[in-house]
Amino acid sequence: MKAIVNVYLKQGVLDPQGKAAHHALESLGFHGIEDVRIGKQIVIKLGNMSKEEAITKVKEMSETLLANTVIEDYDIEIVQ
Amino acid sequence: MKVAVLRFPGTNCEFDTEYAFKKLGHDVSIVWHNDTSLPDGIDLVVVPGGFSYGDYLRSGSIARFAPVMKSVSQYASKGGKVLGICNGFQILTEAGLLPGALKRNTNLHFISKYQHLKVSNTDNAFLNKFKSGDMLYVPIAHADGNYYIDDAGLEELKANGQILLQYVDSDGNIDSINGSIEAIAGICNKEKNVFGLMPHPERAIEDILGSDDGINMLQGFAS
Repeated sequence: MKAIVNVYLKQGVLDPQGKAAHHALESLGFHGIEDVRIGKQIVIKLGNMSKEEAITKVKEMSETLLANTVIEDYDIEIVQ
Repeated sequence: MKVAVLRFPGTNCEFDTEYAFKKLGHDVSIVWHNDTSLPDGIDLVVVPGGFSYGDYLRSGSIARFAPVMKSVSQYASKGGKVLGICNGFQILTEAGLLPGALKRNTNLHFISKYQHLKVSNTDNAFLNKFKSGDMLYVPIAHADGNYYIDDAGLEELKANGQILLQYVDSDGNIDSINGSIEAIAGICNKEKNVFGLMPHPERAIEDILGSDDGINMLQGFAS
């Protein structure tokens, strides 16, 4: 089982990297972009456990270490 | 004054910090991150600058779980004075000992230069040798110095006089060189015993280095 945690800056918190990529894409001629946010993906390989147990565990990991909830949001996806 | 300077893998300002406090006549011990206690009878803990744990995940995010940090939290909760410089500031915000967070600089550059600062509050153990509005000239060297705090948190900082230092241009005008909210360069906690700043006072202690404004900053703790 794998847990995929996506961490990104909260809406309303300026994302300087996303903004730079946004400008670069526009100057390359890609139009119609409303916003670009850059985050990180953390892939955690888990041993035998139920999906519920995995979600609880990875949520705790995210709150404790993987995301700084002062500035970041996260979502968790469990993949078999 | 007895000063404990912490050292994590990747810390690189511990010896500059030790040199500065020794030059000012203080006892300094360097404390390894795996130690589970701080030396007895210390007057100040300094979390120095550097790139603890390679800045992996987020600057300061891993160092804040090092064994020694438990003792630092206990020390701070009893009113002990703690100063975080640069990466040390990032570690203290990650640890929740200081409010807010430090993001990537708005221009995405690592900014390394001498910088003018304005003293915004002197009613604390750190900047008591200055007058409000004094200008300082101190080096900065960071990529993640863009201070963020939400609106409610910012109001609280203002109401309690927790904004200590702000980036200014050479004429003294507010100039947020890295994107920091209110151009904040340094803050303290509500209880005014935990301090954090991005600039490096330990690198500004001799004229030959371009500035000795750091002396009165570090000496503040001795008064």
